[in-house]
Amino acid sequence: MMTKTELESLRSTALRVREHIIRMSEGGGCFIGASLSCVELMVYCYARVIRRDKDRPADPDRDYLFLSKGHDVPALYGTFAEMGLMDASRLGNHLSTADSIYWHPNRNIPGVEFHSGSLGHLPAVAAGVALDCRLRQGDNRVVVITGDGELNEGSVWETILVANAYGLDNLTILVDRNQFQANIRTEELVPLEPLADKFEAFGCFVSRVDGHEFGQLEKAFSERSPQGKVRVIIADTVRGKGLPSIEARADRWFCSFTAAEVAQLLGELHGNTAASLESKTLVVR
Amino acid sequence: MTYEELLIQTALEDERIVVMTAENRALVRSAPKVLGNRFIDTGITEQTMVGMAAGLALRGRIPVVHALAPFLTMRAYEFIRTDVGIANLPVKLSGYIPGFLSDGNGPTHQSIEDVAIMRGIPGMEVYAPADEDDGVKMLGHIWSSPSPAYTRINHKKGVYEHAPYRPGQAEIVAEGKDVTLLVYGFLFENAYRTRELLEREGLSVGLVNMRSLKPVDEEAIVRAVVGSAHLVTIEDHLQTGGLYSIVAEVLLRRRLVADVVPLSLGERWFRPGLLNQVLETEGFTPEKMTKTIVSKINSVSYAK
Repeated sequence: MMTKTELESLRSTALRVREHIIRMSEGGGCFIGASLSCVELMVYCYARVIRRDKDRPADPDRDYLFLSKGHDVPALYGTFAEMGLMDASRLGNHLSTADSIYWHPNRNIPGVEFHSGSLGHLPAVAAGVALDCRLRQGDNRVVVITGDGELNEGSVWETILVANAYGLDNLTILVDRNQFQANIRTEELVPLEPLADKFEAFGCFVSRVDGHEFGQLEKAFSERSPQGKVRVIIADTVRGKGLPSIEARADRWFCSFTAAEVAQLLGELHGNTAASLESKTLVVR
Repeated sequence: MTYEELLIQTALEDERIVVMTAENRALVRSAPKVLGNRFIDTGITEQTMVGMAAGLALRGRIPVVHALAPFLTMRAYEFIRTDVGIANLPVKLSGYIPGFLSDGNGPTHQSIEDVAIMRGIPGMEVYAPADEDDGVKMLGHIWSSPSPAYTRINHKKGVYEHAPYRPGQAEIVAEGKDVTLLVYGFLFENAYRTRELLEREGLSVGLVNMRSLKPVDEEAIVRAVVGSAHLVTIEDHLQTGGLYSIVAEVLLRRRLVADVVPLSLGERWFRPGLLNQVLETEGFTPEKMTKTIVSKINSVSYAK
């Protein structure tokens, strides 16, 4: 169980990660909504689940986190900055060809286990890593974060069939269930519900939590998966969480804001007045 | 007229046309409202979308199919080759943000082998309009042909007003004795400005907008070989399988020898970033291309 101090510390880390995300939406922009929905998932995993020594990045006994929904770079790198894996000033190089901080994760950034951007790839890569950990009798934990729109891709479901066939109970699929595809609600396009039933029918051990509540994440991650079953945690989240002017807005997916709007959004994050957003939202990526 | 206006107008005139997307609506935002159930969004399922397009084509439809170019051409490649290619069905593929247009997305989103792999499918036509105006002039022909086709879409507006499209023919913008620039797609505009800079250097420079890469306009290439001392192929594509390879194939077929300078991505993914910075870093601004071309053709001349 977490102490009150630990909980407060996670919450303040999450707040600072959100500040990084907002800043990265300036001048060229980022996938702000999907990044804001998974902040608690990212912060929780790196703080409480993933055992890794930052001075030994290639340690074969480390735990692995794979970010399959590659749009969440600002949340991932914001978390890296807060966990001491990356110098926060480097986030200012976003979209410069001189650095490697662009819209999708890549292994030029220490801490990134694998590149992503094309959806439905990393569950399979993670299953390969989990299988080898099992073959070598390691107790590594392998977590892969997927989006919910990403679950459209058939490769995700193939992986689950195969991973269960190989009894990969060391593999956890953490679904950021923010209810949105790119520009449309999942349930309005290709409905996913009842989602837990689908994963269960495919042989997984499933729980469903509020993805913004650290206590619920702690409870789900501390439950042991029954022998041989892939673990699935469906985290219900809100796209754009923390910014009422962005939350659950289909048209606030990819945003490129001005410096003035970023200042207003930072104010909004801290409970001040609502931001007034004029920038033409880009929804084409 | 925009891509979308042309598509909707064509679909309203021809009920065989269905518009499909794997949840990439950038080019077809108003289509759902106008086309009703002839707009089909399959979600993020490129393979299923292409398989379904083959099924719809079997029933007499002409599916115009949309996704980001890398996922359309590569995620669904075997479905395109097996379900559309082998059956030779009129499925029309529109690849969005190919080449440099994926700017800050990174290698996962860089469609820089699409010309090579799509032209490797028997019967598949491959097109690369220079800009929106060029696309609007070409797509009516592309969609009305009975063949499967892949179009490398550049949705951006250009400054040049293109000539009407004649099926299978390149657009010869200018002819020149010293150098001819062969280009397709997004880089047309920078090639156009490169030509102006080279002319200022005192060179006589031709410019050809290839438009159709398969079938390719062999006569336009041969005319450039015969008429100018050097050719330059310009493409935001790997060197293997793109325009440089196409020109090499034509030269071999016609038993011709030419000095050809390739400006391509060689064998690398490009550094992601904001588009203008990408062009600068990769050497595809008019100024940088001019410098490269002048130095390459000078070194060839001295070698002689």
